[in-house]
Amino acid sequence: MGLEEKLPNGILLTSVEKLVNWTRKSSLWPATFGLACCAIEMMTTGGPRYDLARFGMEVFRASPRQADLMIVAGRVTNKMAPVLRQIYDQMPEPRWVLAMGVCASSGGMFNNYAVVQGVDHVVPVDMYLPGCPPRPEMLMDAILKIHAKIMDEPLNAVRAKALADSGYRTDLIPSSERFARKK
Amino acid sequence: MFESLKGFGVTFGTMFKKVVTEEYPEVKKVTAPRFHGRHQLNRHPDGLEKCVGCELCAWACPADAIFVEGGDNTEEARYSPGERYGMDYQINYLRCIGCGLCIEACPTRSLTMTNEYELADDNRQDLIFTKEDLLAPLLPGMEQPPHPMRLGNNETDYYVNGPQLAKEAGQ
Repeated sequence: MGLEEKLPNGILLTSVEKLVNWTRKSSLWPATFGLACCAIEMMTTGGPRYDLARFGMEVFRASPRQADLMIVAGRVTNKMAPVLRQIYDQMPEPRWVLAMGVCASSGGMFNNYAVVQGVDHVVPVDMYLPGCPPRPEMLMDAILKIHAKIMDEPLNAVRAKALADSGYRTDLIPSSERFARKK
Repeated sequence: MFESLKGFGVTFGTMFKKVVTEEYPEVKKVTAPRFHGRHQLNRHPDGLEKCVGCELCAWACPADAIFVEGGDNTEEARYSPGERYGMDYQINYLRCIGCGLCIEACPTRSLTMTNEYELADDNRQDLIFTKEDLLAPLLPGMEQPPHPMRLGNNETDYYVNGPQLAKEAGQ
């Protein structure tokens, strides 16, 4: 990606990795990819009642080059799949994909020739969100789980190999448990 | 000129209005009581499963999200009152659209829906919920099947007056 890829492991400490990941997750700008009814819930999530701005992601970028997270909301037809891939390719790294709703995740109830049976046939997906459509709280939960995954991302190839060898997987705790107010 | 000031007045006045934003991750949103969330396979009061493996839920499902395989109860290994029980039960949450037709189809009220909604996961395998994930937790007085029928001699006792028998057994 940049300079950090060429550095040996000893120079970059884990705290630097944490700092970088924290900055990345704190201003995650979503690229809208609203295709169907899930997009309505996605727009609601950006509105004042659910207020995604609390997590630093109020700006839904229509331009993929300024976006980090692609929220694929709705069913992807075979005709739309190349467009989806192009939008994904235009996004700068690091980038993440959230398959919102059952249609984007697996084709859902549209098990037919026209619909892609899950966007993971086209792009790598980081988070699957079931629901038809998922309510805004479910989308926020999925986004917060993606934040947790971003916090554990390795910074360069050496760190990535060390992480893969340790077999570590991010613990995906339901958000209402993880962020529950302490009594 | 006054029109623009009036516009700003609306913006200014909003500061004194009640905040509508939900505090979701800190305070869990309580859904409507009949919200269609994750499914649950219920139990009889003694812990036996209510599912009889009839596959009506799988037939009703418009998205083909449910897979059921029934099995025969024997006297040595009894999971539900009656002849049959659901040996294998899977719901694919990446197909399930939460329509509730399976709930309507279920003849024993074995399958119901909870209000649990935080289901997002990072792989497709973990979102296929199996019987272990779906079965209701064992409440006090329940016993992990397989075990013989504790509340009656046959399934009619369970279906006709199960709760009453459970109450008597508890006393």
